Amino acid sequence: MATAEVPARNTDLPLEPEMHPLVQNKHDLVSVGDAIGNVVLKGQHPRGWWIGFLAGLAMIQFLALAVCWLFYMGVGIWGLNVPVAWGFAIVNFVWWIGIGHAGTLISAILLLMHQKWRTSINRFSEAMTIFAVMCAGMFPLLHMGRPWFFYWLYPFPNVAGVWPQFRSPLTWDVFAVTTYFTVSLVFWYLGLVPDLAALRDQATKKWQKVVYGLLALGWRGSAIHWRRYEKVYLILGGISTPLVLSVHTVVSFDFAVSIVPLWHATIFPPFFVAGAIYSGFAMVVAIAIPVRHWYKLEDFFTDHHMDIMGKVMLATGFLVTYGYFSEIWMAWYGHGLYEWGTTIERMFGPYGWSYWCLIGFNCAFPLVFLWSKKIRRSEFWMELICISVLIGMWFERYVIVITLTREYIPAGWGNYAPTFWDYATMIGSMGLFLVLFFLFLRYLPMISITEMRELLPKKQGGGGGHSIMENAP
Amino acid sequence: MSTATPGEAPGTTHDAAHGHGHGHADPTAPVPFGVLAGYKTGDEMAHAVEKAVAAGYTHVDGYSPYPVGEAADALKFPKSEMGPIMLIGGLTGVCAGFIMQYWANTWGYSLNIGGRPYFSWPSFVPVTFEMMVLTTALSGFFGLLAICGLPRYNHPLFNSVAFDRATRDRFFVCIEATDPKYNKDEVTALLNSTHPESVEEVME
Repeated sequence: MATAEVPARNTDLPLEPEMHPLVQNKHDLVSVGDAIGNVVLKGQHPRGWWIGFLAGLAMIQFLALAVCWLFYMGVGIWGLNVPVAWGFAIVNFVWWIGIGHAGTLISAILLLMHQKWRTSINRFSEAMTIFAVMCAGMFPLLHMGRPWFFYWLYPFPNVAGVWPQFRSPLTWDVFAVTTYFTVSLVFWYLGLVPDLAALRDQATKKWQKVVYGLLALGWRGSAIHWRRYEKVYLILGGISTPLVLSVHTVVSFDFAVSIVPLWHATIFPPFFVAGAIYSGFAMVVAIAIPVRHWYKLEDFFTDHHMDIMGKVMLATGFLVTYGYFSEIWMAWYGHGLYEWGTTIERMFGPYGWSYWCLIGFNCAFPLVFLWSKKIRRSEFWMELICISVLIGMWFERYVIVITLTREYIPAGWGNYAPTFWDYATMIGSMGLFLVLFFLFLRYLPMISITEMRELLPKKQGGGGGHSIMENAP
Repeated sequence: MSTATPGEAPGTTHDAAHGHGHGHADPTAPVPFGVLAGYKTGDEMAHAVEKAVAAGYTHVDGYSPYPVGEAADALKFPKSEMGPIMLIGGLTGVCAGFIMQYWANTWGYSLNIGGRPYFSWPSFVPVTFEMMVLTTALSGFFGLLAICGLPRYNHPLFNSVAFDRATRDRFFVCIEATDPKYNKDEVTALLNSTHPESVEEVME
């Protein structure tokens, strides 16, 4: 490779469409820092912040109540029974962890693909990943019955001489989710360090200087540090890409490794990954639309972003729909008695309504409307479509789990009905997510100041449209 | 903020005339850290670094609010050490993860699962992979901090008021006093020739 020539670094790259407002509104290094940093430092929080935070706080009360009652009574308060022994706990676990995947996709895969529009959304979608994984991890822990023994999941020397069973997808899941959480946290924090240093130097209040100073780890922007930093960032992007694919693959193995009809399918891993990205992007857009409105950050998160993300959703939506089609096709073409019987029960059985909810919310509505550029650029429509996708993807996991009520011989059939405590825990987990997210908006820069500055054209003091890592040889 | 230790101070007092302000004489006298020049653009900063390196200075560094690749290139620092560090970290994770599973399920607590062999290595692949990713990421993060000498709460450069803007909208070059060729006047003259916005000597 002719790496000796580095002309690309010295010339301005062609300006990408998402950067137009930044240029038109004549931003420079200081104004970018002020627009993003002062939200945190000066506490200029709009009324919307209180709406979101208090709504989350109200919802989290349900969680507190449900968890206390759960610890007192045990998992019997949930609507779990044979044959559906997992119920809402696994539905919500998979739903949340899927939502988290968008953050890693945006920060890692799009980084490697030089998609610079990711810059304005990567910070808060990474934060979203961390909070979503926390919500997800809560469900298996609560489902354990005795969650204070959660560390039994990990291999550690103990008196009983017992070690985990590493042939089980559930053990793989423990490692996958733990790794995913840790790596996402490291990736996110590493990205934050230069911004925290910027906040430290921009702060006027004493406590802010101290707190951000401690968190910034003494970062001073040395050229040699930057070079190492970019290398680490690039490699982290490189290893997070297979990681994000592996996590939902392992989650799908929880189902696919069993012998339940319609679960035991090779389509599951890619189908789960596509669904995860679909719901994750929906969550990012659903949150970004009100937030950019409240915080007046339309210069950073533009209509162009919604347009691109709508396209990604269109693509992943079709992948997911292909998954639904493939399930039916394989059942029919395979001439498996139980496969086909379970498919018919899934569509027209007692829980058939949930299957059609899934098709309606996940395929019919979004995939018809996402084709139009006008709709992809409309806040109202995108919000509607994203909420529809989030509901649809929740139903997808519900439909999968509910399959257990109608499999193999009718003597083994049963029913499943979630109780009040199931709903309370689910709503509570949404509250936890909202509270954490709004606290993040209040105390940390929601857009990467450093990367935004680097994207500015050279005339405006920036790095001429380079994204982080392009300096890393 | 002298770094001289109390034990060394009395014995070195009489050398005061020889050192050019290295401050061995009086433990309370300010010790220079280096000469700091500020620029308005990253290009000017990178150019100044290039000039300083060409003049034979080795203890030079550039500072910028976002990465300026040309500055690191000019410092003859084209490749960082982080790649090998993370590779070693990752390989450690692969080996440790695989051996852990092999030992636990073959020797430590062998369970017969559907008549499969105790050493059923294909089912160990997912956890081995996750362990690789985990250790690569952690070795990258902690390796970066260690090799950069971070975290630290203070640094002599933070004594400069102008340097507050290094994370905002100014670019700096510092030629450090530890450089064998360091001479305050020569260094200041060299940096002045690169049309900086400000030049100052920073004390430790």
